[in-house]
Amino acid sequence: MFSPGEIILQQTVNGLILGCFYALISLGYTMVYGIVRLLNFAHGDIYMVGAFVGFFVFGALAAITGTGWLSIILAMVAAMFLCGVLGFLIQRFAYRPLLDAPRLSLLITAIGVSLILQNAMMILTNGEFKFFNHSVNPRAGISLGNVTITWIQMVLLGITAVLLISLTWFVSKTIWGKAMRAISMDRPTCRLMGINVNTIIGITFFIGSALAAVAGVMACVYYGNVHYFMGYIMGMKAFTAAVIGGIGSIPGAMLGGLLLGLLEAGGTQVLGSSWKDVFAFGILIIMLIFKPTGLLGKTEVERM
Amino acid sequence: MENKNNLDLNNGEVAVVHEGTAKRGFFTRIIDSVYSFMDKTHNKIIVAVILLAFVLTVPLWADNYILQVAWNAMFYMLLALGCNIIVGFTGMVDLGFAAKFAVGAYTSGILVHTFGWNFWLTLPIVVIVGMIAAVLIGGPALRLRSDYLAIVTLGFGEIVRTVARNLEITGSASGLSGIKRPYIFGTQLTRIWMWYYLFVFLVFLFVVASNRVKDSRFGRGLAYVREDEDAARAMGVNVVKFKMWAFIVGTVMGAIAGAFYVMQMAAVSPNSFQFTQSSNILLAVVLGGMGKVPGVMAGAAFFSIFPEIFRSIGEYRMLFFGIALVLVMIFRPQGLWPERRRR
Repeated sequence: MFSPGEIILQQTVNGLILGCFYALISLGYTMVYGIVRLLNFAHGDIYMVGAFVGFFVFGALAAITGTGWLSIILAMVAAMFLCGVLGFLIQRFAYRPLLDAPRLSLLITAIGVSLILQNAMMILTNGEFKFFNHSVNPRAGISLGNVTITWIQMVLLGITAVLLISLTWFVSKTIWGKAMRAISMDRPTCRLMGINVNTIIGITFFIGSALAAVAGVMACVYYGNVHYFMGYIMGMKAFTAAVIGGIGSIPGAMLGGLLLGLLEAGGTQVLGSSWKDVFAFGILIIMLIFKPTGLLGKTEVERM
Repeated sequence: MENKNNLDLNNGEVAVVHEGTAKRGFFTRIIDSVYSFMDKTHNKIIVAVILLAFVLTVPLWADNYILQVAWNAMFYMLLALGCNIIVGFTGMVDLGFAAKFAVGAYTSGILVHTFGWNFWLTLPIVVIVGMIAAVLIGGPALRLRSDYLAIVTLGFGEIVRTVARNLEITGSASGLSGIKRPYIFGTQLTRIWMWYYLFVFLVFLFVVASNRVKDSRFGRGLAYVREDEDAARAMGVNVVKFKMWAFIVGTVMGAIAGAFYVMQMAAVSPNSFQFTQSSNILLAVVLGGMGKVPGVMAGAAFFSIFPEIFRSIGEYRMLFFGIALVLVMIFRPQGLWPERRRR
């Protein structure tokens, strides 16, 4: 039997892994929201597309590089690149013409893009569950009493940490990162200052989508299956995470993601798994009542 | 559109917008000719009479399938008219309208099925529960930036569905079924044509209500809030209060529609309230032209009939639908049949 301490440890590990998924996806939401004030509905579906790209690339590589970590990492890189390009193209053809239109039109377009991605993938895969058969032992790892922290979990945590640190570096130290932060403050002025706003928005979509794709491939490895509908609930929860952390704030999205993962793991332990979605959205509503700007968000002064 | 271009002169994207304007010509010409035709009062009356005659004679020639589709179209119109108060009149984004009709449907369904109430007596309770739900959802969110309302309504939609799936009293995942249908003047409403006429009557009531709201002081306040919230506040409109009431009215309309829906179906299950349902209602309002009552009704009819007509293309239809949606938004962001602003 598990002792209470072991249950807490186990749920902390589970929560951290779940939190990694949320954090990686919610970064895309928060970056896009910060820069164009768009609730990018299609983002959860990019995560789903990323999972499928990973699945297909992995399948193609299996004969050459085997079914171990090498293929998984290659599939992840391929999914990052392809989804990044996909995100860029969506931005270029669906969102850019509407950047100055009413916000609602942009939101509806995002719902439309989400429908396109979901249904295209459904047709492509006949709406079936696809199983991701890698040869990494899902049980092997370091044992602490009855709790095992598997290698897979540790690698996923490691990849997420590397990505989060690089993103923080990118946004705070590079010239593009600086331009992103500037655009999120005041887009028209950035244009006047000679910043190529469209390019930076494109880069933002590329990075956000690439991160979601990593989460998608990680989900393949961790859960072992992919489905065309997997992006919907994941996307919504990642958005919840972004709001908890303070929408528009990059550290906020990371913190919100990890926190939501931990809270959800704890809540599932206490209330049972059928209530876990209620739990996540309940936290969201409580958050909005007591601290609507999120944990790390700034109070926004709406300009006239 | 012209006004918008002028406002955005200083951010350098005008060229792109103008390119769009040129492509919009075809649609705009059609819409303009419709407008100038409909401007003449006698034309308006003729069109209205023809449409009304058509709607009322559907049960005379239609088979059960067509009648079911027509009834469904009427039901969608009810939902879209309710959603229109929130989205069209006030400009708030509601991504969980299905939850509102779920609230009405379950309230009425449980009272009739489990407690044996008379359906007509449940309606006041439905209204009260709808109001409570609106205050619960809107209370925290309406004071905040508009995007938060979108998320909260979305989250609430999921919460309602999950709660309904897990509670004993809502019949868990399978829902309630075998609900006794109500009587009117001693006749039990069992046939689909009876329901069709009842729903046509409800649509009529909702349209009257919508127009009353729109032309009232309250409705003009809502239009002001939608066009420019800050200016409205500066002019002394209590923005939060107006939004709250619009939210309550819209929610109650959705709940009433839900109560009637559950009686026609004689069953209710959590699967009827998925996000697709909410997004369809929202899209009907937006594509129909935000706040324009006939436009919203046309949008709702389109959204309920479209999947039936395109059943033959099967699984591709939602794909085409998504593509159509994006194209419409890019080339005609104000909806297909927008409200023409009074100058």
